[in-house]
Amino acid sequence: MSTDPAHGGAAPPPAPAAPFGPEAHVMVGNADMFINWARKSSLWYLLFATACCGIELMQTGASRYDLDRFGAVFRATPRQSDLMIVAGTITHKMAERVIRLYEQMPEPKYVLSMGSCANTGGPFYKDSYCVVKGVDLLIPVDVYVPGCPPRPEALIDGILKLQKIIEQKRNFAAKKA
Amino acid sequence: METQAIFERLKEKFGDAVAELQSEGFRPAFVVVAPDGLPGIARFLRDDPATKFDSLMSLSGVDYKDKFAVAYHLHSLAMRHAIGIKVFLPRENPSLPSVDAVWPAANFMEREAFDLYGIDFTGSKDLRRILLPEDWVGHPLRKDYKYPDFYHGIKV
Repeated sequence: MSTDPAHGGAAPPPAPAAPFGPEAHVMVGNADMFINWARKSSLWYLLFATACCGIELMQTGASRYDLDRFGAVFRATPRQSDLMIVAGTITHKMAERVIRLYEQMPEPKYVLSMGSCANTGGPFYKDSYCVVKGVDLLIPVDVYVPGCPPRPEALIDGILKLQKIIEQKRNFAAKKA
Repeated sequence: METQAIFERLKEKFGDAVAELQSEGFRPAFVVVAPDGLPGIARFLRDDPATKFDSLMSLSGVDYKDKFAVAYHLHSLAMRHAIGIKVFLPRENPSLPSVDAVWPAANFMEREAFDLYGIDFTGSKDLRRILLPEDWVGHPLRKDYKYPDFYHGIKV
């Protein structure tokens, strides 16, 4: 028996709607949405820790908190990194290395300042001759995570905040008349 | 060996280079020695079979405002005893002989005292700044140290 309606057969059941999400074969959206989705889902961060915040950073990347589920994995070189997590105290001796690492990262690049030392100098704010009073004196910072050191939940919250920032980016500016 | 016995042994051997024993409030007690006698005393304390101070535990700089001091903490793994050696230095051009030929571990600690106090260890193998950048001005742990306003254009 024919299934062609033109030859008197029964109409085939309608094709199921294309699933939305990772299983979808076709995604419809604008280029900004797609680019931002790709960028926020693969935030490779620089393996860079200068003090005790680095221990919490390692813990966040390890199996219990598993930063990998947000697409964030560490890279050992700035040339493959999108995100610099400044985890720890920055001294004046370290400052020029921080700037050099930041300059070696390819665009687009983001900076997350983790912990009190990187935010403001923290316990070294007063009466320290050798600590930089906040990494934002050296490089532009996108997200500040407070804490001394922040717990992994706080760092993950900072990563999610950064993903929200990336989602709102406009990559193609409107042409000026 | 008790600190009093070590002190008397040093006094007998080196005479005027050994000044006094500071046992009040210090554990182990400090033997105050003259800067010029330090290398001979250090080598004697290491090599003498009765003392055998084979380990330099720490070397510290001290700022007393009117003078500097360098304090050495010695320990003997073989004899299980310890003692301190203290050298007082003038405020202007503090300088004393290095002991890194006696205990190689002294080198890093002497570099730290040089870096933060500006104490000159003459005859050292390699006396450079160890913690601060090479082009830093001044010695920060001195009581009269003035903080710089900027370092390489970054506010301190």
